[in-house]
Amino acid sequence: MTLLDVAGLRTEFATPTRAVAAVDGLSFQLRPGEILGLVGESGSGKTVACRSLLRLLPSRRARIAAGTVMFENRDLMRLSEAEMRVVRGRDIAMIFQNPASHLDPVFTVGDLIAEPLIWHFGESRRAARKRAVELLRQVGIPDPAGQIERYPHQFSGGMKQRVMIAAALACEPKILLADEPTTALDVTVQAQILRLLLDLRDRTGLAIVLVTHDIGVVAETCDSVVVLYSGRVMECGGTQDVLTRPRHPYTRGLLDSLPTTAARGAELPSISGYPPPLDRLPQGCRFHPRCRFAIDRCRREPIELETVDDGHASACVRWREVMEVGP
Amino acid sequence: MAVSELHTPRRLAKLHERLGEPPRLVYIGAAAVAFWFVVAVFAPFIAPYDPIAQDLRTTLSPPSWAHPLGTDNFGRDVLSRIIFGTRLDLEMGILGVLFPFLIGITLGAFAGYFGGIVDTLLMRLLDVTIAFPYFVLVIAIIAILGPGVSSFYISVALVGWVSYARLVRAEMLVLREQDYVMACRALGFGHLRTMLRHMLPNAIIPAVVFSMTDVVIVILLGSSLSYLGLGAQPPTPEWGVMVADGQNFITRAWWITFFPGVAIVLAALSFSLFADGLAEWLGVQE
Repeated sequence: MTLLDVAGLRTEFATPTRAVAAVDGLSFQLRPGEILGLVGESGSGKTVACRSLLRLLPSRRARIAAGTVMFENRDLMRLSEAEMRVVRGRDIAMIFQNPASHLDPVFTVGDLIAEPLIWHFGESRRAARKRAVELLRQVGIPDPAGQIERYPHQFSGGMKQRVMIAAALACEPKILLADEPTTALDVTVQAQILRLLLDLRDRTGLAIVLVTHDIGVVAETCDSVVVLYSGRVMECGGTQDVLTRPRHPYTRGLLDSLPTTAARGAELPSISGYPPPLDRLPQGCRFHPRCRFAIDRCRREPIELETVDDGHASACVRWREVMEVGP
Repeated sequence: MAVSELHTPRRLAKLHERLGEPPRLVYIGAAAVAFWFVVAVFAPFIAPYDPIAQDLRTTLSPPSWAHPLGTDNFGRDVLSRIIFGTRLDLEMGILGVLFPFLIGITLGAFAGYFGGIVDTLLMRLLDVTIAFPYFVLVIAIIAILGPGVSSFYISVALVGWVSYARLVRAEMLVLREQDYVMACRALGFGHLRTMLRHMLPNAIIPAVVFSMTDVVIVILLGSSLSYLGLGAQPPTPEWGVMVADGQNFITRAWWITFFPGVAIVLAALSFSLFADGLAEWLGVQE
């Protein structure tokens, strides 16, 4: 059963001369209880993709140009703004990278968490605050009853992220969009937050779209993964398949640039070059200028996703060679 | 600490927790402002005489034990008139700020939040209003409505909202790009909730601080207009009216003009102190 079905999503930004696509042809399916990783470097369009799902575009110049996002037999891209507001926070919630700036400083954490309940379900403030205590306990904040009168600035970064998760989960959404939820946190706290997300998934069947640039996070938490580059899907499939048997040179490059203990002291491999600016995308495959497998065809025509294995697709014409050739 | 927290009203305790310890100037200013409120509220008990009772036997008598600040040309006690005048002057200062404040922050919030055509329209309206000198426009509107205290309120509201609208709009424009506003949208909150409950409390501080300074301006304006005969009308005890009444006798009986003038200066100074303290406390650059 599919909970969320994204097909051909394309988000454009208007520039003075023309529209450039930050996300182009994104498709994936999300099942209940699944954690899907959306991976890519900075500027690969993963955050824009994530926000596009809830139509929370970062600027007035951005628009969703094509694609459907089916959720409970409705296309979210075609709902009115008022209908969309009911979906946001209630069916699909979102958490962000920087918890410090995403929590309104003049609200106590109790009120911040209670507010979605009051707004979406018309609960009384008293009942909602009672529930807030419960939610704070669920996200692992010690002495929750004593914390609800405190302000966000009185919490540490990891605790703020827990507060944001509690607020997002207040209405028991079916899907959580997590936009780099651990990037701003230090490593030990990062692990705690990821464990919390896994734990919530196991207990409530929450489906999570996890946006990250950290392959290690994907390996630890995600069931499936979508690798984005310059707004296009390069490769997607089960985490195990994609990470152990990558069928795209870009995924290979990302994996090769992970530091390992074996290569201690050696220079860290990296993908040469930089991602192209969106208004000057290369013809053909967007990755070809940085790709050591590139052939003439890659420079000429766009490469479409091709199924390479059960539930595993790659947008590389030479995926067989990529798989065979060693690092 | 726990005990004292239990005894403080909760709202106040929360505000204190959020903003930290106020500087001493806030307390001094608050005490000075409170003094005028006490005078206004308890005027009948403090004032030694009826403020409008005439006593033609003691006209123009200089300050004495019986009349500490002297009497005017109708033999009315200047001190009592100043004390009762506090009521009207404070009322003018407060209502003359409250109406523009409410109108200004509402319009400013809408303009800043929605932007686009709403913003353009309101900002053009604002441009038209500030194109005229403040006092000239206030006087012109009073001239149309006829002199009196209610004309004064209407006129100040129509002209004064622009400062608040500009302050709040500027803050809203900045806040609109804040992450927590995006978070509000992600939780599905509507425009009004996001705007009024989440953005306005964060956007309002400069307007609050300005309103304290504005009280000073409006008290001065109210007494000036009354002096000119456009505000409170004689025999109402009002400081500006008293200054005006006394000026014919200034060479023979300086106290009729001088003491109400001192009252105006001191009241204005009290609110100024409080305003400066607030600005310092809330970290607003004026």
